[in-house]
Amino acid sequence: MRLFISNLKYLLAGLLFGIILVKGEVVSWFRIQEMFRLQSIHMYGIIGSAVITGMISIQLIKKFGIKTVNNEAISIIPKKYHRGFIYGGVIFGIGWAITGACPGPLFAQIGSGATVVIVTLLSAIAGTWVYGYLKPKLPH
Amino acid sequence: MNEILEFIRQPWPWWISGPLIGLTVPLLLILGNKPFGVSSSMRHICAACFPANISFFKYDWRNELWNLFFVAGILVGAFIAWTWLSDHQIAINPELVSELNKYGITDYHQLVPREDVNWRDLFTIKGILMIVVGGFLVGFGTRYADGCTSGHSIMGLSNLQWPALVATCSFMVGGFVSANFIVPAILKL
Repeated sequence: MRLFISNLKYLLAGLLFGIILVKGEVVSWFRIQEMFRLQSIHMYGIIGSAVITGMISIQLIKKFGIKTVNNEAISIIPKKYHRGFIYGGVIFGIGWAITGACPGPLFAQIGSGATVVIVTLLSAIAGTWVYGYLKPKLPH
Repeated sequence: MNEILEFIRQPWPWWISGPLIGLTVPLLLILGNKPFGVSSSMRHICAACFPANISFFKYDWRNELWNLFFVAGILVGAFIAWTWLSDHQIAINPELVSELNKYGITDYHQLVPREDVNWRDLFTIKGILMIVVGGFLVGFGTRYADGCTSGHSIMGLSNLQWPALVATCSFMVGGFVSANFIVPAILKL
């Protein structure tokens, strides 16, 4: 129960994020097709301005030593590079254009009532599992 | 109040939604030193439900519960936005509209093309490719790449990490090939 209450704030953060994803049309299959056909600036504008905002925020957090609401230090652990970033990245890109969704938008598409996307999500979870299973054999 | 609601109900321009998405990064850091990322949630679901003695899934997923709350929030937030805060209009490039028209896609009132992505056609070849195979590639690829658009393209790039740029470029390469060659081939089926 304590675990539940302490995590509720992330549910609210996700809720806001979900609203933005729908309102920004980031979760629209049609917008993703447009992006990869270079027919609209929409998605590039969103990703670009999101990165700039995130970058400035992180710089401010570092510069002023901003702490969490519980007064803990904020530290970001960088991800360790391996070749899977390229192989997996291309594989994900192919799936992104087919489904019109990266993982966050999968949850958003379901929320918007496209219930068949539950199958897409289950399949993505299966893909995650298969990666875990094959990991020792895959090039990294 | 009505005017505010009217304003929210319109589709938001990219220069509003983009910075708001970017602000999710400091929001999660300040709420509890959490790195913005979504695809890990699927790993935690595997670890919680079917770890199958695979070392990749042997960790205490309860410590990562926040991530599952976050994605549950996305689902609820999308429901709220779609049901009460949206006019379900989307202005798509006319070139794309006429191209999709050729494949029989004319309904723009959902986030996915209703003609092909639906329960009835789930077990057609097209449905299996669009839904089952597409989803599998998303899950497998993001885990292999150790992150998705949120973890790499937003969080990683915001923190100036070059591997995130490599990953992002790879996403784009896969997406370009897929949208211009694979997706049209599937839609023609």
